[in-house]
Amino acid sequence: MRRPNPVDPRLAHLLRSARLDRRGFLRSLGLGGGVLLGGGALSACGIGGGSGGEGGSGATTGTPTGTSGATGTGTQAAGGELNFSNWTLYIDVDEEDQNVRPTLQQFTEETGIAVNYFEDINANDEYFAKIRNQLDAGEDIGRDLIVLTDWMAGRLVEFGWLSEIDQTNVPNISNLRSALQDVPFDRERRLSLPWQSGMTGIGYNPEIIGREIAGVNDLFDPDLAGQVTFLSEMRDTMGLMLAAEGIDPSTHEFSQYEAAIERLREAVDSGQVRAFTGNDYAADLAAGNIGAAIAWSGDVIQSQFENPDIQFVLPAEGAMLWSDNMLIPANAQNKANAEAFMNFVYQPEIAAQIAAWVNYITPVEGAQEAIAEIDPELAENELIFPSAETLDNTFDFKVLDEEEERTYQELFQSVIGA
Amino acid sequence: MSGTGARRWLPYLLLLPGGLWLFVFFVVPMLTLASTSLQEGSLQSGYVLTWRIANYTEAVTAFREQFLRSFGYAGIATLLALVIGYPLAYVIAFRAGRWRNVLLLLVIAPFFTSFLIRTLAWKIILSDTGWVVGALKTVGVLPDNGRLLATSAAVVAGITYNFLPFMILPLYASLERIDPRYVEAAQDLYANAFTAFWRVTWPLSLPGVVAGTLLTFIPAAGDFVNVRFLGTPSQSMIGTVIDSRFLVVLDYPTAAALSFLLMLAILVLVVAYVRRAGTEELV
Repeated sequence: MRRPNPVDPRLAHLLRSARLDRRGFLRSLGLGGGVLLGGGALSACGIGGGSGGEGGSGATTGTPTGTSGATGTGTQAAGGELNFSNWTLYIDVDEEDQNVRPTLQQFTEETGIAVNYFEDINANDEYFAKIRNQLDAGEDIGRDLIVLTDWMAGRLVEFGWLSEIDQTNVPNISNLRSALQDVPFDRERRLSLPWQSGMTGIGYNPEIIGREIAGVNDLFDPDLAGQVTFLSEMRDTMGLMLAAEGIDPSTHEFSQYEAAIERLREAVDSGQVRAFTGNDYAADLAAGNIGAAIAWSGDVIQSQFENPDIQFVLPAEGAMLWSDNMLIPANAQNKANAEAFMNFVYQPEIAAQIAAWVNYITPVEGAQEAIAEIDPELAENELIFPSAETLDNTFDFKVLDEEEERTYQELFQSVIGA
Repeated sequence: MSGTGARRWLPYLLLLPGGLWLFVFFVVPMLTLASTSLQEGSLQSGYVLTWRIANYTEAVTAFREQFLRSFGYAGIATLLALVIGYPLAYVIAFRAGRWRNVLLLLVIAPFFTSFLIRTLAWKIILSDTGWVVGALKTVGVLPDNGRLLATSAAVVAGITYNFLPFMILPLYASLERIDPRYVEAAQDLYANAFTAFWRVTWPLSLPGVVAGTLLTFIPAAGDFVNVRFLGTPSQSMIGTVIDSRFLVVLDYPTAAALSFLLMLAILVLVVAYVRRAGTEELV
């Protein structure tokens, strides 16, 4: 059910590589067809700016896909509408009809709330640039629910641009995995609720490099010079660099960060690290241009469908764990509907239905049992349902305020050549 | 009376839509950008216009290398595009016969796919395990552990390819207008083929050369896509820096200052070039 239509695998890889975000792309070839080849890929990259993003996704998915004619006004949970912005290919889609999203349809049937679903988030930075003026001016951005990664969610929390979640409307919040209940940027999950999570580790092809990789330090082996890529996301790359030195990225000192930057800079100058990528690495890994890459778990699961040689390893010193979070922007028109939706997707069966399609880690307890009925093999996959020991050995990155963010990014960007 | 009055105002009326368009979508954003480039502050505390000229001087010192590299790459790519594009445009204009339209279509055909896809295609072509690298290794041009991807060569090749049609089309337009009888006349006056070309065809095609080089050089200098996919950090261009300053570092003033500096540098180069090359026929 997850296999795409046959496509030239090299092209499939390249298209996926065109995306800066970490969602798998492969399926879209079976779904979106030509439109995604053109506009979608371009917009996904963020090249051409915000308007490109809207134009591209608009062709396939940007059109609101209201699933019910129910009407109603304002913030009443019964009826009305929900304007929901999400990343592309980040919710289950009906195999027969790409315009049908079973989860959204069931939600509408159950609550009478029509969902206007927008797949217009392609990258955290880009989406932030799009919404910041309105949020800064205290205006409604026309969305009731958006999904952003931890650090960006943290920035919105810091700026006070989010609405507090009324947890009495979300009783299923009790199904949230314990490991995710307390995050540094939102201590009691008052403003955010995870949509999906994923891990950052190392993807490599043992056939090409002829050795096993156990951790990030192995990537500095001179034999691998020029065959290694790192991620251009600062927290992923630097988090692993810090962990490799035995430092906890969630509590590190700035001097330790600087030392890690210097180590990275030397590796770039000596040609050890070939490039910093979005998920282009998946294409390079499959084509044999590189032997190893810092990689996202969901991508690698998808790559393995095509090239079973590719291995994913969580570094012995620790991997990075991140989540994309559902957030309600300040001044949202249908806040209660957004809460009703959060509650809906925190039912284990619904969470299982989404996870079975998107292949990331579901934050909902009980989904593993539920997924076993859909696809027993998936329920066994450590990258989708990591064990407690695996999760114990993961880190998140320290919360940075705006000034720290700028200092950290300036250093990192100077290493990656920008 | 009223007739001549209306006539006097007609040109301005005709200019109005274009003028408004330019004002709203060019002048206003430019002013905003200019203001941003002289501001200080942060998202949280807000940005204040303090006429901080240092944004410019700091930007130049910090990113001189990327500026120089951008103009270097754009210059080489423009030159390559001219060398590749001129003969092609010449053949299409004078020798293609009934194939002319087909060939023109082929020149434009790459535009039917997105810029990104065209750039990504070069990743396949230049792949370490691909036949191009293989062939170059066999011939001995590349060492055994050599590669093309993630080098300056790949970036320049990508830029040249992506902007080549912008070179070919103006060249073709200006070559096609040349009356072949001029060349015949030159030959009647005992000019050999080369002299006829050099003394007649080339000078008459200069407007196309100027237009083509400008249309290639200007976007090439600001490009950041080719570097991202075909290069490495040590090939980063000024477009890469502006992109990351705006979106990632959230340093809007520096990003705005860099954008202005890029425009200014291009403007200076273009004015110098156009003055030298002459623009009488360049419309």
